Amino acid sequence: MAKAEPAPVDRGALPWLLAAALATAAPHAGHLPVWLSLLAGALLLWRVWLWRQNASLPPRWLLALLTLAGVAAIGWQYRTLFGRDAGVALLFLFMAAKPMEMRTRRDALVLVMLGYFLLLTHFFYAQSIPVGAWLLATATLLSAVLIRLYGGAQTPRSIGSLAAKISLQALPLSLLLFLLFPRVAGPLWGLPQDAHAGVSGLSERMAPGSISSLIQSGAIAMRVRFAGAIPPQSDLYWRGPVFDDYDGQTWRALPAPAGRASAAPTVAIAADARSVSYASTLEAHNQRWLLALDLPTTLPAGAELSGRLAAIAREPVRSRGLYNFSSTLDFVANRDEAPEVLQQALQLPEGFNPRARALAAGWRGEAPGQIINRALSFFGEQSFAYTLQPPLLGRDAVDDFLFAARRGFCEHYAGAFVFLMRAAGVPARVVAGYQGGEENPVDGYLVVRQSDAHAWAEVWLAGRGWQRVDPTAAVAPARVEQGVASALPAGEELPLAMRFDAEWMRALRYRWEAVNNSWNQWVLGYTPERQRDTLARLGLGKADWRTLTLALGAAAGIALTALTLAGFRRGRPLDPAEHEWQRFCRQLRRRGLIRADWEGPLAFAARVADERPELAALTTAAAGHYAVLRYGHGNADNLVGLRQCVRDAAHAPARLFAETSI
Amino acid sequence: MRLPAASLPFVEAMRQRLFRFGQEQRLPVVLTQRRIFIVPSGAGVMFALVLAIMLIGAINYELGLGHALVFLLASIGVVTILHTFRNLVALEISPGRSEAVFAGDSAHFVIHVDNPTARPRQALEMAFGKAAAVVFDLAATERRSVSVSLPTHRRGLLDPGRLTLTTRYPLGLLRAWSYPHPPLSCLVYPRPQMSPLPGLSNANAAPRGAGGEIGDDDFAGLRQRQPGDSLRHVAWKVAARDGGEASLLVKQFAGNGAGERWLEWTQTTPTNDVEARLSQLAGWVLAAERAGTAYGLRLPGQAIPPAAGEAHRAACLEALALYGES
Repeated sequence: MAKAEPAPVDRGALPWLLAAALATAAPHAGHLPVWLSLLAGALLLWRVWLWRQNASLPPRWLLALLTLAGVAAIGWQYRTLFGRDAGVALLFLFMAAKPMEMRTRRDALVLVMLGYFLLLTHFFYAQSIPVGAWLLATATLLSAVLIRLYGGAQTPRSIGSLAAKISLQALPLSLLLFLLFPRVAGPLWGLPQDAHAGVSGLSERMAPGSISSLIQSGAIAMRVRFAGAIPPQSDLYWRGPVFDDYDGQTWRALPAPAGRASAAPTVAIAADARSVSYASTLEAHNQRWLLALDLPTTLPAGAELSGRLAAIAREPVRSRGLYNFSSTLDFVANRDEAPEVLQQALQLPEGFNPRARALAAGWRGEAPGQIINRALSFFGEQSFAYTLQPPLLGRDAVDDFLFAARRGFCEHYAGAFVFLMRAAGVPARVVAGYQGGEENPVDGYLVVRQSDAHAWAEVWLAGRGWQRVDPTAAVAPARVEQGVASALPAGEELPLAMRFDAEWMRALRYRWEAVNNSWNQWVLGYTPERQRDTLARLGLGKADWRTLTLALGAAAGIALTALTLAGFRRGRPLDPAEHEWQRFCRQLRRRGLIRADWEGPLAFAARVADERPELAALTTAAAGHYAVLRYGHGNADNLVGLRQCVRDAAHAPARLFAETSI
Repeated sequence: MRLPAASLPFVEAMRQRLFRFGQEQRLPVVLTQRRIFIVPSGAGVMFALVLAIMLIGAINYELGLGHALVFLLASIGVVTILHTFRNLVALEISPGRSEAVFAGDSAHFVIHVDNPTARPRQALEMAFGKAAAVVFDLAATERRSVSVSLPTHRRGLLDPGRLTLTTRYPLGLLRAWSYPHPPLSCLVYPRPQMSPLPGLSNANAAPRGAGGEIGDDDFAGLRQRQPGDSLRHVAWKVAARDGGEASLLVKQFAGNGAGERWLEWTQTTPTNDVEARLSQLAGWVLAAERAGTAYGLRLPGQAIPPAAGEAHRAACLEALALYGES
């Protein structure tokens, strides 16, 4: 093999390369257009066929044409070639096309590097524990491909075991790097538009059905660790967007008023107010609200309390993050509310829901407290039912709900209640968020899911500020006290996420979610802040990047030295004959024949022949092979013979001599 | 001439120190860790670049697992240093025989490589300098003789210089190499120039015997002139007849140069080019050996008495190869 000429890729390496292409590309098929997956599959199958036929590769111009067509189609599909999804699609296409151009080892190397990139891009879509395991397996497979490329033909078994060994040896060092490598808070630059597509959560508007679709999802919205005991379920109102504006169909959140200073909330906290501290790990939801427990008193850095009493982050929550809060459960907020806010809280669209307006008009002039009671008892006395499968409502949705259907869930009750309040002259608004949560007994975290999504009402009373009223509780108290599943009438089908609630399944789920939570906290949520905390706990104090680099260098040095020493110990010349002889002697030792250190192989064999005639032939053969190997001119056959003796000795009866002597 | 150390450029001095030029005194040459050098290969540099880009991507998109992947791959790269190094360490190298060759052919040096450890070695490459490398594997405790070739250009005793034993195994991200320099040499004969044996000069003419040997007694025909043919034998009349259009022809004579013959320096085409004359003599030695007659070789300052046979041929060619070299 001349150095000047590029090393070719031999035929035997191709299955490895195709396996690597498949392993890195296939998991992407789920979120790529079907035509692209089919094209990639066809290309790979074609390549396999060419390999089996030992046919020559297609000409370069054809490949270039195919690839260009694929790129154009991707551009047409995504309307761009930049951005996250189009980029992944391009990488995917290149990965499928690259095996067609496999002339030199350099081509194969490019394929492996593409594989590394594809592996990384998969984490845009999922970073769960199984994905982590897949990452380790695929990285090992790519190592195996390199071993095959640079080591020539070897058995798949030896390639695989070496690759696995390298991965295992790399694990401790990668763990160190993970813990100590100075973390930088991202993003470094503006991300493409589609960088955070596909996250679920509450939205800035409440259209009919928007919450019920959320309730169907068992996805986790946040995990909360309380400093003390978890407050009762009926106090767990996690505040999200506040809806002031109603157009007859949809409730909308209004942008914060221009003069922010005037909108700053004033909160009075009673002396005996219950206060709780907690850390909330919030999943990405691409909105700014932080879903604090009503009403937050201490906010994490970078967050503020909006005029609508919600904790708001400066930037949308685009990745899972840890937020520390203190909240008070008893409070009086905004006793002096800005007149324009109160004005807004009385607005109703003209020409909708005449019957509801008429009903509320009858209550006008009464004390606000009285009006609230009237509305709640209206829900209580009439035959209202809580269901996740409400009938369709018409143009006058509130009228249809209040006087005809009388079946619905939180968004109907909250919406209708606020409509009645406004019609009766009491300032009111809809608040969306989550209610309740489920304690995981394994790790003590309170898990709040999308299925805990809830909407409630808030009314403003002179002298008492904004007060929470939950009309759903009037109809289905169990919803607020025990969650959606227990509030639904018997016979109604539960959302998928809430079915299968057998005891053992629930226990399994708790365990799995606790493991997942640690994974999220330690692997995915290992942010610069988290790193600082961890290192402070390890005694590194306020570690800046210099300390970190030093610590990392020292730790890596120690790790490498240990590895090297281990390597040298094993690297010392070891005579295989000696090794096999030792093994043979160990087998005899188990059978009560102990070779003395001074005893040569032939002398030992003679003694064995004396003491244990049934082992004489075997030992003499082994000693003969060993003596020739060690002191004469032994060859491979002697070594094979010695190994056979070791195997035979292992199968020799243990106590034959003892039995015959009795 | 050895230059004083101070006048060597610094880099060259460092190279001398690091890579230990000069032959090894102790055999076999054992590749200890002090003899093994290791740097990232081209693929390794590419790998590092890819990792850097991936790290930036992982930071930018805040991918926890992305960080984990980059760190895992970086650690694999670091661990590979050890594996690559261990693929070379403790090998023992000793020189073997090498057959003499003619200048212009490739010299083949047999090198014995011994793996005294229980660890198999993969994809070892051995070469002289930039010459083509031999790739081989070694099983546990295997000893193997590897033939490494080196093109030759001039006659003499060829010192191939140090060997380069390289490996990129297992991942190709690193290149480890060593420069063992066992004492090796190969005799390179002058490139033989095929020309007819010279006529027997009168002074050295041996007693004539019977046979159809080519001599200069009886005219036997004409043939094309080749370099080295004596001008005395050119058929000038023929040349004058065709006006110098065709190449010169020489007259051939049937002699009976059996018995013994002397191949003489003085018989070669007189020219200042010593190598050309040696080439001519080498060609004559081969021709004489083929002809089966006993032949002697006379060079300025030395003479090999007439004889025949493989050993004699080798002795004559060696004398030619080493002519003028101390």
